[in-house]
Amino acid sequence: MDLTVIWYIVPSLIMFCCGIYGFITRKNMIAMLISLELMLNAVDINFVVFNRYLFPGQLEGMFFTLFAIAIAAAETALAIAIIINVYRWAKHIDASDITQMKH
Amino acid sequence: MDYSQFLVMKQEIGLLIVFLIVFLCDTFMSRRSQGAIGIISCIFFAAFTILGFIPPILNPGDAFSGMYNSAPVVINIKNILNVGVLIVMIQALRWADKDMVRVRRGEFYELLLVTLFGMYLMISARHFLLFVIGLETASLPLAAMVAFDKHRYESREAAVKYILTAVFSSAIFMMGLSFVYALAGTLYFDGIAMALWIDGVNVLLAVALAFVIAGIGFKLSLVPFHLWTADVYQGAPTPVTSYLSVISKGAAAFAFLVILWEVFGEAYPQIWEWMLYGLIILTITIGNLFAIRQKNMKRFLAFSSISQAGYIMLGIIAFNGMGLAALLFYILVYIFSNLAAFGVIGAIENASGKVWMDDYNGLYKTNPRLAFTMMLAMFSLAGIPPFAGFFSKFFIFTSAINQGSIAIYILVLIALINTIISLYYYLLVVKAMFIKQDECVIAPFKSACSERFALWICVAGILALGVVSCVYNHFLDISVA
Repeated sequence: MDLTVIWYIVPSLIMFCCGIYGFITRKNMIAMLISLELMLNAVDINFVVFNRYLFPGQLEGMFFTLFAIAIAAAETALAIAIIINVYRWAKHIDASDITQMKH
Repeated sequence: MDYSQFLVMKQEIGLLIVFLIVFLCDTFMSRRSQGAIGIISCIFFAAFTILGFIPPILNPGDAFSGMYNSAPVVINIKNILNVGVLIVMIQALRWADKDMVRVRRGEFYELLLVTLFGMYLMISARHFLLFVIGLETASLPLAAMVAFDKHRYESREAAVKYILTAVFSSAIFMMGLSFVYALAGTLYFDGIAMALWIDGVNVLLAVALAFVIAGIGFKLSLVPFHLWTADVYQGAPTPVTSYLSVISKGAAAFAFLVILWEVFGEAYPQIWEWMLYGLIILTITIGNLFAIRQKNMKRFLAFSSISQAGYIMLGIIAFNGMGLAALLFYILVYIFSNLAAFGVIGAIENASGKVWMDDYNGLYKTNPRLAFTMMLAMFSLAGIPPFAGFFSKFFIFTSAINQGSIAIYILVLIALINTIISLYYYLLVVKAMFIKQDECVIAPFKSACSERFALWICVAGILALGVVSCVYNHFLDISVA
């Protein structure tokens, strides 16, 4: 059985949707961050697979993925720093309680 | 490799030099002379800004086989942003002198310059890899800036909301990009445009474009994606809020225009004209309606800036040279008007710590000059004739109408009706300052000389830009060419 593009795209799309679902439903901010990470990794899979199967002659998608991984790491580092900053004050990281500014 | 192509990136290199100077001063100056850091960065940045206006220094051109582009329009939008950033830096001087911020003030200016560098890349990028790097370089340090008041709870909450939505939006944006890559096989703007021209428009392109527009819509706070805006604007330190509302919005709007016109221009009538159509109506209307019920000045200006973003989008949907010129002019005028408003809010917050609209009751009695400046800013934002805001709205409506279809006429009509609604809430502020009375008025105070200087620049811009027609003519010349 040949593995075609679709065998990679469907899992990556499921991953992406799980990421969105988790980001919306989770209350723990670290869990939200994990969901975001899922979304970003789904994007990386997409780029690599499109490059490998549709345009095997070039490397643009691979390079984009390399940069995207680095960017995702930077984002996570900064987000965790900010979450720790909230934790020091509130002693929890529950997103449903970080809602003082509403009106 | 031909290293001389780096010379096309003179603005980026100049900005890097300013950044390095500030960074070295921050690192090696003695603790006693640290107070000069803000002034030093302002002076060097002012020199850099002025150099940008001397025509022979900057030469348009491409670099890195078309990844980077520096057309005359691009040079101009960067100059506009420079002026705005300079005003923000001057306004921030007083805030950066406060006890809790003092030790870290160098970092504030460094982060500010780094985000500006990211916006430069975003504006100049003609390849999506460079664009994404620029986008992240612009938005990540901004999250750190939003969290800058570490001791204040609101700042932390705002930073969490900002970083999570920023990452979410860039993930959505990059998902759209991956589909565009699947369609075109390249990430160069002109390569994608060529591929779309050959293949025509299909369903996958519509999906990809929806993702891309949603991703940038978050950055621009267009309406279905605007929920972070009010909280972040309220929680962030006031100089950061003003930076977020004008500079980052202006840069994102221009980059949005470049992407839609140059990459997806082929899909204009079938796909994104209608997507933008809905977004504009929602953005202007909902931004206006929510602004009416705000009591906090910073939240109020957040919703006002949401609806202003809707007006800026009118220049993009126009899809002609005039739209580009009108967009540049709108951003320039919006920088002056909004920074004047934020300058007054910041001055009052620094002096008395008050940010609610009720606190402004009777401000005219105690601080007539500040009240007058605020009134000019509100009039300009609302678009009352002699001031610059009227002309920017006028040009942007004209450019949209020039596009010619009946649908756009209706869109402009809706935007016009919304201008009238916006007049109501802008005048609420003026009414509070001039007519309402209160027992506990803000006591008379003398604002710092830096704040006054920044406000003078803004007032000059508001008054002059409406009258000096050569500015708009210049934009029109370079964008039609």
